[in-house]
Amino acid sequence: MLNRLDDMLNFHTQALRIRDQRQQVLASNIANADTPNYKARDLDFKAALQGALKAAPVAGGAALATTAPGHLAARPGQAAEAGLLYRTPAQGSVDGNTVDMDAERAAFADNAIHYEFNLTRISQQLKGLLAAIQG
Amino acid sequence: MSLFNIFNVAGSAMNAQSQRLNTVASNLANADSATSANGEAYKAKQVVFAATPVGENGATGVNVAAVVEDPSPMKMVYDPKNPLADGKGYVTMPNVNVVEEMVNMISASRSYQSNAEMMNTTKTLLLKTLNLGQ
Repeated sequence: MLNRLDDMLNFHTQALRIRDQRQQVLASNIANADTPNYKARDLDFKAALQGALKAAPVAGGAALATTAPGHLAARPGQAAEAGLLYRTPAQGSVDGNTVDMDAERAAFADNAIHYEFNLTRISQQLKGLLAAIQG
Repeated sequence: MSLFNIFNVAGSAMNAQSQRLNTVASNLANADSATSANGEAYKAKQVVFAATPVGENGATGVNVAAVVEDPSPMKMVYDPKNPLADGKGYVTMPNVNVVEEMVNMISASRSYQSNAEMMNTTKTLLLKTLNLGQ
């Protein structure tokens, strides 16, 4: 039963976690809009979510080899980092910076709204469960 | 929770931008300072930004790597009446480019604003997360 509850909430929880990580990557881009030679990065959300749902590293991600019984296996939570890519600049700049402020801010707002959407969905699922329990 | 890292990222950027604004203020204020404590004309100063990792998993903030003196040539003004004039009657004036500094100022304040806004958005998201399931 508990396992099913977990499965029910899992999708939006994983999505929320990746949105959270993407928000941080976009924040780094905006913060470094004036830093020479900074290369803007972004997360491939689709690949990261698929990777997280499968609880296996996405393509290109390095799996940790465990050579001794005391070693810990890589957590599935780290799968999203493999989806971290560099942005292709629409317009190059002389100082080597590839941050496009408009694109980054749009992505930041978009990601924030998606984050809120996932939160709302989890809230609704919890309310649904509560209604089922209380009758 | 990576969202907490955003406060560090935005905070470091705001810190760096305000230092840049400070340098601009100093340059503009001294645009006409023909002499200083060391007896030479004021030299324009510029900040150098560098990306720096803050916190774990890839959060990148900004720090001011160095404050360098502007290498552009000093302005020579012909003013033989000035006590600081050299043998030919020229006074060495600061190499501050006022137009460039104004542009720098606007750019710094806009960047500061975006970072402040970013912090606000993050705060809203975190507060909503805190209220999850209520």
